[in-house]
Amino acid sequence: MAYEFEQPLLALRERIDSMESELKNGAPDDVAQELQSLRADLERQTGDVFAGLSPWDRVQLARHPQRPRTLDFIRYAFTDFVELHGDRHFGDDLAIAGGPARLDGTPVMVVGHQKGKDAKDNQRRNFGMAHPEGFRKAQRLMLQAEKFRLPLFTFLDIPGASPFLADEERGQAWAIAENLLAMSRLRTPIIVTVIGEGGSGGALALGIGDRVLMLEYGMYSVASPEGAASIVWKDAKYAPEAAKSLKPFADDLQALGIIHRIVPEPPGGAHVDPHAAAQTLKSALVEELAALRPLPLATLVERRYAFYRSLGVVAP
Amino acid sequence: MQRLFRNKERRFGILPSRQRQPDVPDELWEKCAGCGEMIYAAEFEQNARVCPKCGHHARLSARTRVEYLLDAGSFAERDAGMRSRDILDFKRPERSYEQKLEDEAAKSGIGEAVLYGSGAIRGENVVLAVIDTNFFMATMGSVVGEKITRAIELAAATRTPLVIVSASAGARMEEGMFSLMQMAKTSAALTRLHEAGVLYVSVLTDPTLAGVTASFATLADVIVAEPQATIGFTGPRLIEQITHAKLPAGTHSAEFMLERGMVDCIVPRSDLRRALARLISLYAPQAPAAGADGVPHAGTLN
Repeated sequence: MAYEFEQPLLALRERIDSMESELKNGAPDDVAQELQSLRADLERQTGDVFAGLSPWDRVQLARHPQRPRTLDFIRYAFTDFVELHGDRHFGDDLAIAGGPARLDGTPVMVVGHQKGKDAKDNQRRNFGMAHPEGFRKAQRLMLQAEKFRLPLFTFLDIPGASPFLADEERGQAWAIAENLLAMSRLRTPIIVTVIGEGGSGGALALGIGDRVLMLEYGMYSVASPEGAASIVWKDAKYAPEAAKSLKPFADDLQALGIIHRIVPEPPGGAHVDPHAAAQTLKSALVEELAALRPLPLATLVERRYAFYRSLGVVAP
Repeated sequence: MQRLFRNKERRFGILPSRQRQPDVPDELWEKCAGCGEMIYAAEFEQNARVCPKCGHHARLSARTRVEYLLDAGSFAERDAGMRSRDILDFKRPERSYEQKLEDEAAKSGIGEAVLYGSGAIRGENVVLAVIDTNFFMATMGSVVGEKITRAIELAAATRTPLVIVSASAGARMEEGMFSLMQMAKTSAALTRLHEAGVLYVSVLTDPTLAGVTASFATLADVIVAEPQATIGFTGPRLIEQITHAKLPAGTHSAEFMLERGMVDCIVPRSDLRRALARLISLYAPQAPAAGADGVPHAGTLN
């Protein structure tokens, strides 16, 4: 699956792939030369296409069905992961995945929203729209991280918290609020990464940390562009306008001081080379953790507080 | 506990007789949104905007709420002039965000959707914040988040019980991620209030939804709700839009949430002042103060 703006790049990539296999089977030298020029073409065209992306294209990119998910990043950037299940009160929410793992040899705790890979997987995982029991499972893992002095890594990728009556009955708002409180005072380093779609309160429920990173083509927004359009424009069809006005992209949010660092993605986006995307993210996470580790926990929590306390713009 | 504060003799009793500014001064009659009956406006105001026929609790302006709740003349408002800014340069239809803010101010007679300050309830000192649905449907932007945070900080610094009367239709879209981050800011501030061992009573009024419910409004020691108030994260109309199915009546009501263990009690408006005074006095720190022995508070949440 590819979006319209990806089509020319996809065709080029396919040609490059087939020439590469030809070369392996002993094709003549001129094929190697052509391949080189095609690669240069792809690089240039990718640069052109991505420089000209509209806000709506960028929304599509953040939601790309082939984009690597939390479990992909855990698989590629961490080792020894043990997935833990259940909130010990109601059930197990597959829209949240997490457990202990190692980052570059160091034991850590990881937890993130988990969208599905295909229709069937998405049905099990409610399209990544976490239920109250998912947020409560996440909180259980956060408190474990604190207890065992494990640095906490969270990954944000959620269209929005699950919006059904059953979620209301089980206290969706209460579950999110309790996570905000827990993360605000958690005595262990927290590094948050927006990997895809950071949608609203359901994203923030895993989103309070000492450092907030964002993949280059992720988005992070108070509401989906469709939701914002229905509220402000009274019609969801104005979603592309809303996407522009909301300033939900990594460069916008870094300029506004909402996030701390942008993690570059491979040319064409993380889904073109999930492995490379995970390696870049891993280096960033290792670096961030090394910078936080020497800080006394009291200083860490104090600094975290100061960051969130400062957010908002009022006059006078 | 939900029955504890009910005034048995007169369920929707008349509040202490002070001259009140009616919310709708020009209308002689007002239609009750609950039963549809026409009510004599003066009687409606006298009855704290609770329908004398069906008991429906109509929405109150923040000023009227302060008047009903606090001892006469005790309220000292803070930061009344704080305003939002169009930090995102949000391109919206018809009028700019700044223009919209001005129009909302003109329409509601207040500068933003929240006010806060110190005062007293039956002689008990409190820090009180009240959110007002008349301004921009009480959406949470930077000013709501900042004033709520300052109220929390004032309560913590002076070790005074905090009462927040909440309402909200959701986030202030025009402030984008700054709006979302008010959830983080207010929740973070509450960690310090709880660590200080200061009482926080949250009063949920109609409607309390979305980010406000999913942050400070539910992170309280005691959660009180007004009868029939709509409470939740995703509101009933939005759920109906998403699922294309009609919800049964009363799914997000205070009564529904009480049954599911989400709120502590439902208190009719006529009894709220008394209920708050009783709670504040019951939770008053005993001498020696808890935590004075050097043992840190376990915290009231988690």
